[in-house]
Amino acid sequence: MKDTILRISHLYKSFGSNQVLADFNLELQKGENLVVLGKSGSGKSVLIKCVIGLIEPDEGSIEVLGQDILAMDHEELDRLRVRVGFLFQSNALYDSMTVRENLEFPLRRRYIRNSDTDCDALVMEALANVGLEHTIDMMPVELSGGMRKRIALARTLILKPDIILYDEPTTGLDPITSLEIISLINMIREKYGTSSIIISHDMRCVKLTADRIAVLLDGRCFATGNYEQLSQIHDDRIHPFFN
Amino acid sequence: MMNLPVGIQSFLKETGEISRFSWRFFKEGFSPRFELSEFIRQCFVLGYKSLPLVGLTAFIIGLVLTMQLRPTMEYYGVEVQIPAMVGVAIFREIGPILTALIFAGKIGSSIGAELGSMKVTEQIDAMEVSGTNPFKYLVVTRTLATTLMLPILTIIADAIALIGAYLGENIYDTLPFNLFFRKVFLNLAYIDLIPAFIKTFFFGFAVGIIGCFKGYFTDKGTEGVGKAANSSVVVSSVMIFLIDLVAVQIADLFQR
Ligand SMILES: Nc1ncnc2c1ncn2[C@@H]1O[C@H](COP(=O)(O)OP(=O)(O)O)[C@@H](O)[C@H]1O
Ligand SMILES: [Mg+2]
Repeated sequence: MKDTILRISHLYKSFGSNQVLADFNLELQKGENLVVLGKSGSGKSVLIKCVIGLIEPDEGSIEVLGQDILAMDHEELDRLRVRVGFLFQSNALYDSMTVRENLEFPLRRRYIRNSDTDCDALVMEALANVGLEHTIDMMPVELSGGMRKRIALARTLILKPDIILYDEPTTGLDPITSLEIISLINMIREKYGTSSIIISHDMRCVKLTADRIAVLLDGRCFATGNYEQLSQIHDDRIHPFFN
Repeated sequence: MMNLPVGIQSFLKETGEISRFSWRFFKEGFSPRFELSEFIRQCFVLGYKSLPLVGLTAFIIGLVLTMQLRPTMEYYGVEVQIPAMVGVAIFREIGPILTALIFAGKIGSSIGAELGSMKVTEQIDAMEVSGTNPFKYLVVTRTLATTLMLPILTIIADAIALIGAYLGENIYDTLPFNLFFRKVFLNLAYIDLIPAFIKTFFFGFAVGIIGCFKGYFTDKGTEGVGKAANSSVVVSSVMIFLIDLVAVQIADLFQR
């Protein structure tokens, strides 16, 4: 039984004369870890930023959790964003805030006037998930790259989203740290049943997280399949990834 | 399109964009929800960051101005008028413009750089997806804070410049403190003070909105952040002079 949680149909987006997405189609099933593979500048970030409503596509439709996000007003979009987490490539931790304040930031709007204990418990739970409880009063600059990524992940996780969009979660990290992030991604799926789109060109991350892989090429979804299936494709533009 | 030189075209384009950005400030600034605690925090940060520099420059200008005026005034035998003359110069022009320029250099650049780096590291996007309107949280609070704080800083700067002037006067002459101030204020009317005070709100607004504009629309990359900081200072400094020019013309109408 298939249960589609996110559907992107005929998506087009260009910036001036730069056609980034052209007739892109993709579906995400419930509980699935789907990796979108593509070289730098191919439009992977643009794609998932369209999904969260940060970039408005030119054409096409995006259905998230059964709702058409392009037809939504601001408040509806905001309510949907509680259920869709986004892990930014650059982490996007607020430099001027402590780790605690960073994690509380998404909470101060959503759980309006909840008791403080609730907030604290959520923050501690999110930090425990990434194993960084002791950093709660530190500033982002005091953390290492891997710790920052984990804090960003904790912030994404704090609202227990149904879908998480990961933008190159392991890029720029050393092999050991990236392995830690990979196991966190898998742990989150186990624990919360989250469905994920993971953007990556780190083949180890792809291999260890993907149930299914979609290749983004020339603005389209060129091929989908599992690791073995895609490594059989003899195309000069795909083959290098699987070497 | 008309065949305007590229420089003028981009100037007009930028003016249009800043106007649109300012319009958005008024639209979003007066609709709920207002980020009060961030606004108060910004007021403190701005004041705290710029007060030492503003105070120091005001003191030096007050002192130096008084000393420089003396030879000419003595030549015409009107050195008793030095306090009055210094008072007019400080309150009407030097206090407001000096404070605004220092403020633009110190605060305009830091707002440009702060928002610029928030933009390139996706922090502004992160606010948006966290259900916080980044325009309200960042732009409205900072612009209101600069608009409110610059007039306050100017009053402080005027007072410090007068103290500098008093010391400058006493290098050559001994004039009791209260007599000096009586002379300063004897020739000052409200018409001298009020337009000078009002224009500082506009100066503050210009510094805030331009710094935010430059930061908010920073190009990708770290070099974009530097450019944002730099052009915040340049554009807001020019803007301060333009506002000053207009303000003086308007004040002049009332004085006739
Ligand atoms: N806001 C934007 N304005 C103009 N061009 C953009 C913008 N965002 C992305 N692009 C362009 O879209 C293309 C795809 O970018 P991106 O999705 O970030 O690539 P990647 O696959 O590496 O994540 C790039 O050529 C980039 O220059
Ligand atoms: Mg990207």
